[in-house]
Amino acid sequence: MLNYILRRGLMALLVALTVSFGTFALFHFATDPAQTIAGEDAPQEMVDDIREQYGFDRPVSVQYGDWLGSALQGDFGQSYFWKQPVVELIKEHAKVTIVLALSALGVTILIALPLGISAALKPNSWVDRFALSTAVSAQAIPNFWLGLMLIILFSVTFPIFPVSGDATWKHYVLPALVLGASSVPAVMRLTRTGLLDVLSSDYIRTARAKGFVGYRLILQQAMRNALLPIVSVLAVQLGHKLGGSVVTESVFSMNGLGRLAVESIFNSDIPTVQSLILIFVLTFVLLTLAADLINAWLDPRIRMG
Amino acid sequence: MTARNTMNPSELTADESRIDSEEAGLGLSPTMAALKRARSHYGLKIGFGILLVMAVFALFAPWLAPHDPYLQNLPMRMLPPVWVEGGSWEYLLGTDHLGRDYLSRIIYGARISMTIGIGAATIGMIIGVTLGLIAGYFGGWLDQAVNFLVTCQLAVPSLLLIMALVFVIGQSITVVIFVIGATHWVFYLVVTRSATLRLRELDFVAAAQAMGCSKFQIAVKEVLPNLVNQIMVIFTLEVAVAILNEATLSFLGLGIPSPIPSWGLMIAEGKQAMFFQPWLVILPGISLFILVIAINLLGDGVRDVTVTNRRN
Repeated sequence: MLNYILRRGLMALLVALTVSFGTFALFHFATDPAQTIAGEDAPQEMVDDIREQYGFDRPVSVQYGDWLGSALQGDFGQSYFWKQPVVELIKEHAKVTIVLALSALGVTILIALPLGISAALKPNSWVDRFALSTAVSAQAIPNFWLGLMLIILFSVTFPIFPVSGDATWKHYVLPALVLGASSVPAVMRLTRTGLLDVLSSDYIRTARAKGFVGYRLILQQAMRNALLPIVSVLAVQLGHKLGGSVVTESVFSMNGLGRLAVESIFNSDIPTVQSLILIFVLTFVLLTLAADLINAWLDPRIRMG
Repeated sequence: MTARNTMNPSELTADESRIDSEEAGLGLSPTMAALKRARSHYGLKIGFGILLVMAVFALFAPWLAPHDPYLQNLPMRMLPPVWVEGGSWEYLLGTDHLGRDYLSRIIYGARISMTIGIGAATIGMIIGVTLGLIAGYFGGWLDQAVNFLVTCQLAVPSLLLIMALVFVIGQSITVVIFVIGATHWVFYLVVTRSATLRLRELDFVAAAQAMGCSKFQIAVKEVLPNLVNQIMVIFTLEVAVAILNEATLSFLGLGIPSPIPSWGLMIAEGKQAMFFQPWLVILPGISLFILVIAINLLGDGVRDVTVTNRRN
């Protein structure tokens, strides 16, 4: 088990480093940070001065080492655009995104699991068809458009929820629905096929013969094994939600990390974009690592193999 | 087979014999069998039908659109669609904030969406299939390197990466196509790789080796043709993904530049007046929904009728 954890951990670390170096290099080759700091029409000497002062004339790998060194000590540098430490910016915006991502995950689980389970219990019935067509339509609805439609419906026609912002819990209802709906098709399909697989296995036939029926059979016997792939996909989806609430936060004007990232891109604020991408990648890598470890703990075949 | 109300006996027997030969795989080439199955697959027929209509509109937009999609007509701005009070037959779906005919813009928008969808899915296919063949056929350290690349690609928040790339390179249709394509190849790779791993153990590959074919020849001429069905299915689904991605990008202001009629951009422009003229947002959204669902139905259908061992 320890061997497995070490191997997976090393891989995760390597991925995070590669991706963050990739984005770092991309921005340094494609944009001129000195020019960004100095402003569009600054004189050339000033730009050169800044380039020397900040050390932008050194090789990219050296600059990256520097940046990573201080990032590991909790110093992500100074934002060019907001003129304050990136760490503070991230702290200010993180809460909204975390709350949003977790409630969206809740929405996904509440819709996808019951739908997937009932579809698997009666394959080819009307429930199954309903679940399948829900998945097909949910996949085809543009996420940002769903948000706008919900705003028109529940904030304007029936004024139940506020249009935008992140002040109260009411502000989170519609965004969580939108963000949660985006993962319903994947999780639903996986639940359905996973449970169908398990239900046709020998040990379930034995359990049936021993008198397990109905919800006891599903929850106590079948779901445990069907859960393995669901845990993985939920971790991936949560990772996407923490790093991918860009659209939802923009539609509902919420001050989360996704919107911060969009605005930093628009303002070529390289330190902020870089730090955010590093944080998103780290979160994703750690979440999938956690899911792998949970799976290895649940299923001995994985940790031995 | 679907039941028919009027059916004479000769038709019935013909039908049955067809089922028999189809199930036994006799007398029909795989392509013919797939086509026969396709004829009774509702999702595939509906998806194909909708797509055909939309493709005709996209291809012949200059002749079918009632107005010039770029022509501004400020006195006629913000007209509602014809079925709403104040609408006119002149502008069937109304006009936008600059008085441009909304129906014409939506018809031209189908062009943009389809071009970008097909373009991006093609680029993703070229990258993914090449890497998949390399990883699956050659194996070893190449396989591990490709595998690592996939893990990295999956860990990046793809929309942010796309936005950053488009911002850095510059906004244009070509850039959007290349950037979306370059970030959507993992699915192709995974399927190509596993299918190649399976195929390279088969006898016909060994036969090709015995005949002195090079590894490259075997990968391209022996293995690749056997992957066409699966790649086609992924291609369809990736077209849909790319279309949604483009719409999202344009909506956020980092995709197709104004004034090109992209549906995502139209939604972004209509958002300003959303509370008074909701159709400005609703209509392009519905167009996107119909196009994407048609493509997905077609893709699922093609998978059902061609990749036979994956049915159920």
